[in-house]
Amino acid sequence: MVKSLLMSGIGGQGTILMSKILSEGLIRQGYDVKMCEIHGMAQRGGSVTTQIKFGDKAYSPIIGTGEADVLVAFEKTEAARYIGSLKKDGTLIVNDLEIYSLPVLTGAATYPEHIEKELQTKVKNMHLLNANQIAAELGNAKAQNMVLMGVCIKALGLENFDWPAIIREFLPQKLHELSIKAYEKGLAS
Amino acid sequence: MKKLMTGNEALARGAYEAGCHIAAGYPGTPSTEILENLATYQEVYSQWSPNEKVAMEVAAGASATGSRAIVTMKVVGLNVAMDPLMTASYLGVRGGLVVVVADDPGCNSSQTEQDNRLIAQFAKIPLVEPSDSQECKDYIKAAFEISEKFDVPVLLRMTTRVCHSKSTVELCDRVDVPVVPYQKTDKYCSSPAAARVNHARLEKMLPMLEEYACTCPLNRIEWGNKSLGIITSGISYQHAKEVFGEKASYLKLGLTHRVPRDLIRTFCEQVDSVCVIEENEPYLENVVRLMGIECTGKDKLPTLYELSPEILRHCLLGEKAVPACTIDAKLPPRPPVLCAGCPHRSMFYAVSTMKDNAVSANDIGCYTLGMVPPLNVTDTIFCMGGGISAGLGIERSLRLSGQKKKVFGFIGDSTFFHSGITSLMDAVWNKSNIAICILDNRTTAMTGHQENPGTGKTLMGDPTLVIDIKTLVLACGVPEDHVRTVGAYDLPAVMAAAEEAVASEGVFVIINKQPCALIKSVLKERAAMKCSINPDKCKKCKACMKIGCPAVILKNGVVSIDRASCNGCSLCAQMCRFDAIEKEGM
Repeated sequence: MVKSLLMSGIGGQGTILMSKILSEGLIRQGYDVKMCEIHGMAQRGGSVTTQIKFGDKAYSPIIGTGEADVLVAFEKTEAARYIGSLKKDGTLIVNDLEIYSLPVLTGAATYPEHIEKELQTKVKNMHLLNANQIAAELGNAKAQNMVLMGVCIKALGLENFDWPAIIREFLPQKLHELSIKAYEKGLAS
Repeated sequence: MKKLMTGNEALARGAYEAGCHIAAGYPGTPSTEILENLATYQEVYSQWSPNEKVAMEVAAGASATGSRAIVTMKVVGLNVAMDPLMTASYLGVRGGLVVVVADDPGCNSSQTEQDNRLIAQFAKIPLVEPSDSQECKDYIKAAFEISEKFDVPVLLRMTTRVCHSKSTVELCDRVDVPVVPYQKTDKYCSSPAAARVNHARLEKMLPMLEEYACTCPLNRIEWGNKSLGIITSGISYQHAKEVFGEKASYLKLGLTHRVPRDLIRTFCEQVDSVCVIEENEPYLENVVRLMGIECTGKDKLPTLYELSPEILRHCLLGEKAVPACTIDAKLPPRPPVLCAGCPHRSMFYAVSTMKDNAVSANDIGCYTLGMVPPLNVTDTIFCMGGGISAGLGIERSLRLSGQKKKVFGFIGDSTFFHSGITSLMDAVWNKSNIAICILDNRTTAMTGHQENPGTGKTLMGDPTLVIDIKTLVLACGVPEDHVRTVGAYDLPAVMAAAEEAVASEGVFVIINKQPCALIKSVLKERAAMKCSINPDKCKKCKACMKIGCPAVILKNGVVSIDRASCNGCSLCAQMCRFDAIEKEGM
């Protein structure tokens, strides 16, 4: 049995760090893990994804159409862009955040209004939350990734594990308290 | 001890464990982190070189004098390193020499999708292809041994998914391999007479290499159901295992040049049908077919882009994946763009105002993004250095045909050191009439901020001399009154320099200097610098949007500036004629 997790977002939002922490925690719990990130030019404000597969034995790192058990989208249109990857009855976690790409900023393209509503009508298991705002209230909007990680861990039913210990290993000490609080907020939401 | 590692990290670890002494390379996605990780092991001397050819020569020289050496580069980097590689193949090694190339099926961040496995065949050298992180570590060790055993460099071919996927790796200790003491020899001197002998040596070696490939543990058979036999290598093996599992048998190849024909024959004789699964070129398949063995391969699988389990299911099993959910809303594209506060922006804006009166040759790096609207400046992008040299051809072509346009060449600092200097010499020597913009952001930015000859630091963190670009430009013969150094955030100065370039005759060089906005120290220094729009003064003329900064946001007809991404570069403020953009923290 292999589970697939897809994270989609925009370069700089912290998808890769979240994937690293998740992968390390999964390894410690005895799973075989394949994690894949594509970076390079996409870092410059482009759309980015990271993928994690875990189970008894994970082979290919690539998640195909209709294969993701959980899709964590760090931005609303990035949820819609990768929705085809989500499994039937899979869980969609959406950060209620709009980030405009340059074509939108220059008026060459339009940002779709209320895309979250269309997603809600089509996806049964959807968590919509403003992780940025939750993290900002805790002191730094950048901890949005830890909020989303909490929601994701809950959705996977993996909360009975010392995730804060892994967070501490991956982040500098000054961010421990904020990140763990953000993770816990996500877990509770 | 087990550790989760990317292929790049594992490869570096393997080189360290294998007792590698010297490592060189040039940054390029997806290969960059191999050398960055190797540099963390103090036992291995690691360096960035100005380009892949130089790095290849450094490694070849180190090997010739008895050190185990590795050189790393991205897919197109091997094109630059081809000259020394071909000769190194003839001359052989003393310490093991491994050439690591990271191919990029799917062109995630490369300008070609070339399958460099064909280069191993062309250069007549062994080829090794790992399929996950553990194999990256194990195969690099094997590669050093194969190199020494057959007295040739080994090509180790990674692909993006192998480089950037993480899986678990069992760590071992380093084995200290002594440097073979150097004794004077003419073995490493290439001359036509020696080349004839060396070519014969290679031809004699190849059958022995093939015999070895038939029995070496890098090539193995995994028996499952014998109705289908899959021949595969690299990441394609992982996709095949996921799709076919126990329903097929596998000939999993790790040492793929020479292709082990006896082993293939043995395998194929015991299965009912044969399928070759590989990305891009039909490299293995051509050999299988030449052996007279019927197989499925590129008749069903694509040559383009990377493979995936989904593609295998579709092409080989006829199973089309259907998304469980689709969205009706039209999604705006999200292409990569020059970052908020990017120092490259001002020079591109200056040239964008010249519209069709300017023709621009661009280069490989973040400044490639100067082609993106609304800046829309770029007519050609060939390769590293092409930002200058293609511009020379453009300028000559326009001049000969009487088309009056100003030609601009764009190049970055690391790229100028990589292969722009010879192009500049050409420009001066052959009396070109080009304006060359060297966008000096004090780092190698696109690949994640590596040191270069202009930054004053080596890969291993040692302070070193700074090679000054202006001094180089002057030394190449550009007259001092044809060189301008401008601060990239000083828009009037950048515009004035561009105008001067247009008015000038001969080679004109503008050095646009400002560190990359994403360098950690710059982020810290500029953290409090912000621009904001005073809505009372804003006339909504949108002049500030012409620079294409992603921090300047237009929503419901109102322009605002995103505080989080703004770094106070103030280009937008300099665009505003109504003094509506306020600066703080500066």
